[in-house]
Parts: sequence; structure tokens; C-alpha cells
Amino acid sequence: MAISTSIWIWISALLTLAIYSFLYKDNPFYKFAEYLLVGISIGYGISVYWHNTIITKVYNPLVHDKDFLVIIPLLLGLLMFSRFFKNYSHLSRIPIAFIVGAGTGLSIPSSFEFLFKQVQGTMPTAFTIGNLIIIIGVITTLIYFFFSMEHKGFIGKVSRVGITFIMIAFGAAFGYTIMARISLFIGRIQFLLSDWLGIIK
Amino acid sequence: MKFVNFINNIDKRWIYLLVALVVIIPFVFPVGCPMRITPPVQSMYNYIEDSIPENGVLLVGIDYDPSTMAELHPMAKALTYHAFYNNLRVLFVTMYPQGSGMGQDIIDKTLTQWNSANPENQKELGRDITLLAYVPGVSAVMLKMGENIPATFNEDAYGNKLENLPVMDGIKTYNNLNYMVELAGSSVVLSWLMYANGRYKMKMGIGTTAVSAAEYYSYLQSGQSNGLLGGLKGAAEYEKLITENHGYAGRKDASVGMDAQSSAHIFFILLIVLGNIVFFIKKYKEGK
Repeated sequence: MAISTSIWIWISALLTLAIYSFLYKDNPFYKFAEYLLVGISIGYGISVYWHNTIITKVYNPLVHDKDFLVIIPLLLGLLMFSRFFKNYSHLSRIPIAFIVGAGTGLSIPSSFEFLFKQVQGTMPTAFTIGNLIIIIGVITTLIYFFFSMEHKGFIGKVSRVGITFIMIAFGAAFGYTIMARISLFIGRIQFLLSDWLGIIK
Repeated sequence: MKFVNFINNIDKRWIYLLVALVVIIPFVFPVGCPMRITPPVQSMYNYIEDSIPENGVLLVGIDYDPSTMAELHPMAKALTYHAFYNNLRVLFVTMYPQGSGMGQDIIDKTLTQWNSANPENQKELGRDITLLAYVPGVSAVMLKMGENIPATFNEDAYGNKLENLPVMDGIKTYNNLNYMVELAGSSVVLSWLMYANGRYKMKMGIGTTAVSAAEYYSYLQSGQSNGLLGGLKGAAEYEKLITENHGYAGRKDASVGMDAQSSAHIFFILLIVLGNIVFFIKKYKEGK
């Protein structure tokens, strides 16, 4: 493999180096790359929204399919822009109320079912060491977060077991976090060594 | 005490430089650290391998952007190859605007590489795989998919009407899909579990960034998900499985990074041990 001749690979590689240059100290190359990322992300998002929402979900049904029901959500959506006009800003509460009402109504039954499955997961189907650890972990952790009683005596001892479980969970999460951050760095190094410089396959 | 002071006052940029070297050197001089397949990865692989009939449909959620592609892109690639080996149809879906770019990149790369390596079993965009157009709404989209998938998206990300695509033959709701793997580094996984799995009983697996993996083990234990790919390691395990069982010979994006991952972890363990030793020595000396 040889060094890349693609202009896009070069742009990508130089921007990667510009971002990592921040580790040495803040500099104009880093700032440029950061602002470019923010600008492009927003521009890309707007273009996707424009095509996949305005054109596909509003313009095409309204103009080509003559589906005039689309006017209702379109008007609700337009009311959101009333926030820009002081005298009419209260109108934006209508679509917000619709979103909150519909969203809550849709999510409550599913949320309960979702939660019950998690609770069910803590109920053992067989007596094993793993299941015993789950039961002790759940109960002691819940007791640690039970603040209506002072954490003294028996409750204090149980909550100390709970905090031990919490610390183990934090340790596992921190270990995974290191792994994740290194993985992201590995991804970039792989790109630089392979796609850009062609040092590795 | 001189050493303790040196460690305490070391410029963190030296640490960054050492981390960079620890990651780069294994790429140039690979060791080939052994890797064990973990049960959650094996379970997902087995389900796709054994429980989905030929021409069945694998739905893959591409709910990530370039910030987490290093971990999730190799998963999407490995899953797509696995589906191709078993002649399954693949539907990509995204709840993120940036996910469209990620999905199209995976489709471009896998189709090109697969078709050049397997001329006798060519795969085609629109017939074997496609990416559904991004539609905003997240939970509303997931719920509507339970009623009518073609009406939810209308077209794919390439502008083709879904009713004209062979890959969509017989697909109306979640009931017509065989399995879903949700790839995400955010809490959108929970929405899929809540609506697709909870309400519509869609069988699901999760592929997530390592930083979120610890959180999602509880959904494995509760049976809401039957498999979990955690970070680059999970993707590398999946690559190993398709290599051993299907002779996958393409680029293994995750596996090549495993030596670097291992050496970085050893380095971090040493740093943590060293940091603690220095901390306690300093505390002891100051207490004297």
C-alpha cells in the first residue's frame, strides 16, 4: 500500500491531526476544525430534514398526492415559529401541548411494561450464586437510596453493602469508558496509518 | 521523594505521547493477542445463523454518527456480511440525520467488497439491502413502524419508492422482520427496547459503544435483548466468528485494533497502579 492520493482522505487526515493538536495546546488549526465540524453537522442536518421531512412528508403528499390532511400537522409545525413574534408567541404552546400530550400518552404504557420486565429480571427462576448476587445487589442498593430512615445500625450496614455494589458498577463503567475512548483513538490511528499513509493493510 | 515529585509534576502531554506510541506500535508490529468469544456475542451470532430462514429480514438500527463510528461501524459491517453469507435481506434504519451517511457508507463498502469477492452470489442495492429514509420523531417513528413500515418511510435514503423495491417484498410491520440489531452509542436503544421489543415483541440484539455496554447488560439478563456487542471488542469477536464459520477474508477493522487495545489497557493499569503508589507514598511522607 502507498500514501493516499485522494483529496478527501487528505482533508480528513489533516482535520484529524488538527483536532488532536489540541492535546499539545489550543491553537487556530484546532479552532478551525472544531468550527468546521459544527457548521457542517448543522448544514448536513438541515439538508436531510429538508429532503426527508419538508419534501417527502409535506410537499409530495400535498402537491402530488393531494393529501390535504397534511395541512393540519403543517399548521401545527408552523405555529412553533410564532415564538419569534412577541404578540403571537403564546400560539407555540398549542403544538408543544400536542407533542407533550401525545408523547406522554404513547410512552406511559410502554414505559411501565419496560420497567416491569426489568423488575421481573431480578426475580430468580433458579437458585444460583449469580441470582443471589443480583437479589442482594438490588435490595441493598435500593436501601442505600432510601433516605426516610437514618443510615445507622442494621440499615447502615445494609446500605454499606449497597454502596459497595454501586462502587463495583462505577468501576465496571469506568473500565468500559477507558476502553471506549481508546477505541475511538484506535479508529483514527487506523485511518491515518492505513487509509492515509498506507503503512498497514 | 524525588521520583514521587517527578510523577506528581509530570506534564500530561508526555502521557498523551506515551498513549499514542502504545497504540501505534502494535499496529506496525502486531502480536496477535488471543481473543475469546463471549456468550452475548455468540448468542447474537447463533440467532442470526440458526433462527432466521433464507430470504428473512435483518433490521439494523444505524443510530450513530462519526463520533462513535470507530466502534459501531465494524459491527454494522460484520452484521451485513453475516446476513449476506446467509442470504438474508438487510434493512438499515436510522433515527439520526447523520445516521444516513453512516448507513450509506456501510452499504457502499460492503456491496463493493462482497461483489468483488463473491461474483457467483452478487448482492444488489434495493434487492438485498437498503437504508430507509431518515424520518424525525424517534418514538413516533418506532410506533408507526409497528403499524405500517412503508407508510412510515415512503422511500429509501436513495429516493426510491419502497413499494418498488424487491427488498421490501412482504414487509409491512415488525411481524414481517425476523430480527433487529440496534447499533447506537446513546439512549435511543432504550426507545427501541421499549417500543419495538416491548410493545411489538420484536426480537432484538444490541450493539453499543463500550462506554454504554455496562448499562445494557441488565437488558440481556432480563431477556429484553438476546445478544450484546460491546465496543470494538464485541465487533472483533463478531468478525472472528464470521471468519471461522464463513471464511470471511475482508478487512477486519475491529480485530486489527485489538493488540493496540490490549497494550493501551496494560499501560493504563500500570498508570493507575503507579499513581496509587505515588499517592500513598506522598501521604505517608507528609504524615511523618
